[in-house]
Amino acid sequence: MAFTQIIKQRLTSNETRQGMLQKLHIDGPLLLGLLLLIMLGLLILYSASGQSINVIQQQTMRIGLSLLLMFGFAQVSPVTYQRWAPWLYSIGVILLFVVLFVGHIDKGGQRWLNLGFIRFQPSEMMKLAIPMFLASHFHKVHLPLSFRSIIFAAFIIAIPTVLTAKQPDLATGILLATAGCCVLLMGGLSWRLIGTLTTLAALSTPILWYFMHDYQRQRVLTFLNPGRDPLGNGYHIIQSKIAIGSGGLFGKGWLNGTQSHLHFLPEHSTDFIFAVCGEEFGFVGSVLLILLLFTIVLRGLYITVRAQDTFTRLLAGGLTLTFFFSFFFNMGMVTGILPVAGLPLPLVSYGGSSMVTLMASFGILMSIQTHRKLLTS
Amino acid sequence: MYKHTPIKNHLQEIQLITHRAITALILMIILISILIFRLSYLQLTKHDLYTTLSEKNWLDLVPMEPTRGLIFDRNGVMLAENVPVFSLDVIPDKIDNMPQTLSQVAKIIPLTDTDIAQFQKQLKQHRRFDEIPLKLRLSEEEVAKFSENQYRFSGVIVKARLMRHYPFGGSFTHVLGYVGRINSQELDEIDQSNYSASNYIGKLGIEKYYEDELHGVVGHEQEEKDASGLSVRTVNQKKPIPGDNLYLTIDSKLQLAIEQILAGLRGSVVVIQPSTGQVLAMVSEPTYDPNIFVEGVSNKQYKELQQDPNRPLYNRALRGLYPLGSTVKPYYALEGLNTGVTTVNYKIYDHGTFQLKNSSHVYHDWKRLGHGVVNLPKAIMVSCDVYFFELANKLGIQRLDDILMQFGFGKLTGIDVGEELAGNVPTPAWKRRVKGMSWFPGDTVNAGIGQGFLQATPLQLATAVATLANRGQRFTPSLLLGEQEPGEKMTPESPNFLNKIELNDHNYWKVVIDAMKNVVSSPEGTAYGRYGQNFPYTIAAKTGTVQLIKKKNYDKDHENQSNFPEFLRDNSMFIAFAPVEDPKIAVAVVMENNTQAVAVARKVIDYYLVGPQTLAPPVVDPSKPVDPNNPATNNTPAANNTPAANNPPAAKNTPAVNNPPAAKNTPAVNNNPETNNNDLED
Repeated sequence: MAFTQIIKQRLTSNETRQGMLQKLHIDGPLLLGLLLLIMLGLLILYSASGQSINVIQQQTMRIGLSLLLMFGFAQVSPVTYQRWAPWLYSIGVILLFVVLFVGHIDKGGQRWLNLGFIRFQPSEMMKLAIPMFLASHFHKVHLPLSFRSIIFAAFIIAIPTVLTAKQPDLATGILLATAGCCVLLMGGLSWRLIGTLTTLAALSTPILWYFMHDYQRQRVLTFLNPGRDPLGNGYHIIQSKIAIGSGGLFGKGWLNGTQSHLHFLPEHSTDFIFAVCGEEFGFVGSVLLILLLFTIVLRGLYITVRAQDTFTRLLAGGLTLTFFFSFFFNMGMVTGILPVAGLPLPLVSYGGSSMVTLMASFGILMSIQTHRKLLTS
Repeated sequence: MYKHTPIKNHLQEIQLITHRAITALILMIILISILIFRLSYLQLTKHDLYTTLSEKNWLDLVPMEPTRGLIFDRNGVMLAENVPVFSLDVIPDKIDNMPQTLSQVAKIIPLTDTDIAQFQKQLKQHRRFDEIPLKLRLSEEEVAKFSENQYRFSGVIVKARLMRHYPFGGSFTHVLGYVGRINSQELDEIDQSNYSASNYIGKLGIEKYYEDELHGVVGHEQEEKDASGLSVRTVNQKKPIPGDNLYLTIDSKLQLAIEQILAGLRGSVVVIQPSTGQVLAMVSEPTYDPNIFVEGVSNKQYKELQQDPNRPLYNRALRGLYPLGSTVKPYYALEGLNTGVTTVNYKIYDHGTFQLKNSSHVYHDWKRLGHGVVNLPKAIMVSCDVYFFELANKLGIQRLDDILMQFGFGKLTGIDVGEELAGNVPTPAWKRRVKGMSWFPGDTVNAGIGQGFLQATPLQLATAVATLANRGQRFTPSLLLGEQEPGEKMTPESPNFLNKIELNDHNYWKVVIDAMKNVVSSPEGTAYGRYGQNFPYTIAAKTGTVQLIKKKNYDKDHENQSNFPEFLRDNSMFIAFAPVEDPKIAVAVVMENNTQAVAVARKVIDYYLVGPQTLAPPVVDPSKPVDPNNPATNNTPAANNTPAANNPPAAKNTPAVNNPPAAKNTPAVNNNPETNNNDLED
């Protein structure tokens, strides 16, 4: 494989390690953090899946592919991302329409676009396209943002969010809105406006309620009172809390979880995998996992601050914050402080689509970090 | 790269973004603190509570399936029931090697490929600890055989469950529909917790439309389990609430009788009670057994049904789109009178053809030499085409469409099953949009005798003629007589009436209805011979014949279709209501590729108004099973130019039951077939 040859070539050359990674456009600390997280994730998944080698093999394949994709994304210079951002966004929106249309024909929810050789989820693509497009737009205007820019941004965020929520995939829709808002936040949306918008959002909840699907309403109601639906979503929350709570300070030990293994905990290898971590590794383990995730976030923020122009700064900041929120939402859901929304725990949950996007976003972060023009040295 | 606004303050921007990064950092630290605080609450403060819940005894919730509501006809005859069956269920989670287990099970209980395919499909849709049926309907012998070997299979169990069963087989399929296993699409749309114990969902017909009422509410049992997961005792229980029983407006005896009358033919009969809008019978023949869909239809069975040239899967009553033909004439007559375009006594001389001004195209009457002097009542009675060519031309397409829409054509009737189609009342705008052509005066002329793009379902035909019977009182046809909650009395549904069609003079109803009476009772009427005489009730009706292909020559062989491939022969239709003064039933009959509509209607109406003795079992099957390649099989050696030759046994049989004297009459007067003229399209 040509790629490994390049690596070998680089390894044998007498450049420093730092310089080598720089040439490969890889950010060392970020890679290290990600690899640690991935390995910890595989350990948890192995236990959660009932020690299924098969599951681990499949997950490893996905990780491998995602890592390759990350390296690929890191090679592309930020200027190219900036140039392509509007196109990527437009294509994404068109594909979302197509998905909705196809789904309409099938009379059911549809998130996938079957391209024959691969199944593709346009809403995942939007997780990258929204921050990219907003950042490229804000790059051209003054910061802090003018009122007109904010209105424009609101539309840019709302269109894919609504289309995704209509699929119906409310969870991803929320994440898309979050991704856009994170860029707005970084772009210096005034605090007064943030306050107003938050109030507006709170006031518009009844409207949102009106647009929700029945099962989405059920979830919200169940979140408020898990006891009302002990067989369905309430069951998930109750069982998840029992699993985490019974873990205690140090947990029951790896592979010794009982709640999850006796299948009182549904979806234990996907959305509720954090409960398995809580049960087997206890409070200490869970906090360590959170801190590891936070370290990655810190590195992302460092890259943000060191970035050299508005586009890269906003994009890096937006992607980093989105990563933070996607794991915060999941953990909040599993521990019962947020409604059950069906989001996986990034890089740990079993499943491929969100992992691919996430690794691509880390690829972009690496690209931003390693394509800086070195002024000194 | 930095070509944008020159006054951009980069330093300020860097500062801003750095500030924001710090703000974000603080925000994230707060959120993470909340998360950690929450974890400490669950894992440290409440640890003992959750340990108790988790370690000592397991509380597990087992969902309990509600019993699906039963379906009865209007007289309490059960049309859909639940029968206990034993099924072989698999809990995937308890099985290490699925293929091996399946092959071992197959040695004890034979599994078909369909069983396995169905099971694999279900496997993907269920949680690993759910019980998934592998084989339904085990025989007692199989249950015994498996029980002996039970110890070898920890994750495979025999379970008693209730399964939907339709005791009348195919007779009610096109009304009831059927239930089938929940598929992944439906799984997304239903309340999953309410269906957590259910395997079935209504797929079609009443079963689908009234799914919410029929399904009921899931219950659950809270079981205490020991550390190995075995049930110790039931802690508490919330019983499932069974679904509501439904009573349909269908009269099952009538429905079965009609099915018997239609045996071997293709077509549809819809019977409505005009005073309430209740559908008494809705038959589409041929039909199929819904029970095979409940158990899971095999690919082979399904393919056979799909490829059957008689199309049993096709619900002709709700989805069959047929040109209205001459049955449209009474409605146009009403519009003509109401708008003053024509009057009761206005006469034309019909010499067999009609021509538009400035056009050389000749429109032919179905009767080659015409009907002579014709006024409106006679035009309906003898189904005079030329009269209606002229009337349509004078009315114009807008008014023609208007009256049809008022009678409910071109839109859904709103009946309480989901599958119906709206048909089409073509407008100039429609033609431009769909055909890309403008509307020609000739299109209007064709519309005058129900030809062209006009299409309606048998249900719409029946609804419209029932509206006529009601002298304009419109309604939404309904199939639900009432609902019965478990342990309660039936709550009847009230009829859903719509606003009335008002005419300028109430007498117009009488004019048209009297003319329709003569269609059957006057020797000149188009149904006089074929309906037969000596019936103890009054009836108003209209016949219709629709050609499926254009015949090249207007030749003398025109009436005799016996040398035509069967699937190209004319459709016949008949709309009627009886008794005229106080209508008890309104009937629409559409027969595909045969001339039987009038004879069928006679038997149906006699059965309902006179009594079951009018239907002599066994009914002689007039046409052999369809064989499009060999139409000759349908011909008797005695084939002559009368349509009766197409089906001699039935023709003799029909009136004979009721009134022997008329029997002789039948073939003789029958050489007055009403056929719409050919050569209509320009």
